[in-house]
Amino acid sequence: MFSFVLSSQIQHYMKKIVLVFLLASISFVINANDSTKFSLNNQVVADADNAGLTLPSGFGALIAADNLGRARHIVATKQGGLYVKLERLVGGKGIVYLTDANKDGKMEVETSFGNYIGTGIAIKDNYLYASSNEDVFRYQLDENGKVTNPDNPQRIVKGLWDKRQHASKSIALDNAGNIYVNIGAPSNSCQEVDRTKGSKGMYPCPILDSAGGIWQFKVDQTDQGYHNGVRYATGLRNVVGLDWNQQQNKLYVTMHGRDMLYTLYPDMFDTTVSAELPSETMYEINKGDDAGWPYVYYDHFQKKKVLSPEYGGDGKKAGGEKAIDPIAAFPAHMAPNALLFYTGNQFPAKYKNGAFIAFHGSWNRSPLPQEGYYVVFIPFENGKPSGQWEVFANGFSGTEVVKNPRDAKHRPCGLTEDSDGSLYVSDDVKGTVYRIVYNAK
Amino acid sequence: MKYVYFLSLVLVLSSAFVSRSATNTVQPAIKASIDRGKTIYLQRCMACHQVDGSGVPRLNPPLDGASTVKGNDKLKLVRIIIKGMTERVEIDGEYYDNNMSANPDLTDTQIADVLNYIRNSWSNKASLVTAAEVKAARTKIK
Repeated sequence: MFSFVLSSQIQHYMKKIVLVFLLASISFVINANDSTKFSLNNQVVADADNAGLTLPSGFGALIAADNLGRARHIVATKQGGLYVKLERLVGGKGIVYLTDANKDGKMEVETSFGNYIGTGIAIKDNYLYASSNEDVFRYQLDENGKVTNPDNPQRIVKGLWDKRQHASKSIALDNAGNIYVNIGAPSNSCQEVDRTKGSKGMYPCPILDSAGGIWQFKVDQTDQGYHNGVRYATGLRNVVGLDWNQQQNKLYVTMHGRDMLYTLYPDMFDTTVSAELPSETMYEINKGDDAGWPYVYYDHFQKKKVLSPEYGGDGKKAGGEKAIDPIAAFPAHMAPNALLFYTGNQFPAKYKNGAFIAFHGSWNRSPLPQEGYYVVFIPFENGKPSGQWEVFANGFSGTEVVKNPRDAKHRPCGLTEDSDGSLYVSDDVKGTVYRIVYNAK
Repeated sequence: MKYVYFLSLVLVLSSAFVSRSATNTVQPAIKASIDRGKTIYLQRCMACHQVDGSGVPRLNPPLDGASTVKGNDKLKLVRIIIKGMTERVEIDGEYYDNNMSANPDLTDTQIADVLNYIRNSWSNKASLVTAAEVKAARTKIK
């Protein structure tokens, strides 16, 4: 920015040689400052054991913060700070603000605020947005990226469904003054009695009026609710990961697929099929889209939308002709809890504009071993996956095989990108924040 | 002093042996019930509560070591199995978000069996639940 201004000034005063010299010397001072900043960044070195993670060659990881509590989603400020949303209050507070005064990568808690639990947190245009399980709040950020009104946020959305199951409200923001809020369906597959063998699927599913979709609200209006929000997309059982893709100027989401095919329909499915199906799915969302829940689920083996057994399906019959198809499908039940399109320059070129997905890890693949508990990368070109997904960061669980979710020492839950291009991953078991860096070891 | 330790060790071991042999002679019926209960557990309960009863943090409560599971309020346990559970309740200091299935189709004997399995597996040890007790409890559950 400064050097651009300077170079145009240089052009403007081209003939005034003395001034050129003067400007050149100022420019030198500024460049010197830049390189100082760069060398400070270089002091962020990976932990000797890469924080216990397994990463592709050239990458390293360090523990940026630890023992924060149940760290759900996270967001980095332009200035190098980090906001962490907690699912359980610590000292009566639900948001932690971390800074790194000496730029060594090890962050310190500067302050905490917000007397509500929740998952969603995001920054757009000098505002911090955070969600409880029924409301969304907005805070003003100062020039250092610090919240100026920690105790008096503007409540921009209120009164969304919080019926325990799938109650977390993940958020993302576009470039046109809108915020997108996931309202997860408090149900597995919209049965009359949830998760109960022999209970019929309700048709039409009444839940879809108030949940099972993404709602759009204005960023700057107070106390919006169902009455003035827009149901932007429906048929999405529970989206926890969502991100606004800046390249495509479009919303992308990752959905948690349904559970318990075997438990509910033992005559139709066995435990292995039930562990492997349905797919966890990623969608590109246009306004008005319907992803088909609860009437269909996606089967990545048959590569089609399959009619749910609650609605007359048998594991083979196709359904959901009007519903959108996923742009990527993953093994069942791995719980994609965060989605991030990587826009930084620190990582190698293949990562640019690709998607990182934090898989919280499965619980209903039992008696098979559980899956997930890692961060995945999927390359993108022109808004579509351009290759197979791969495990990017593994080892969070601290154990070779996770038989039962309680075995996992850490579970990836949130993702954010630092202004220097590092990738942060949060864990909601111990409240560890990992920072993944390239070539910094 | 060493002798005293040795003696008490012998006493502890022998009492353990006595109680175990008593268990073996008295409880073939319980064992049969527990075995039948395991089959039901694997079909109906395992997906959420896990093979080892450890549950899923914040979603599905553990059964292993749970105070209610091991407790004497059998009516409460029968009610949870028949009616399922959807309320926000604290269980041993934690909240769990998933709804529990209702199982109104299980017979009195099946409910007794699955309770006997859950109450006597992993680290749990609790008294027998009979089909008659389940039947009596069922009449009180609306």
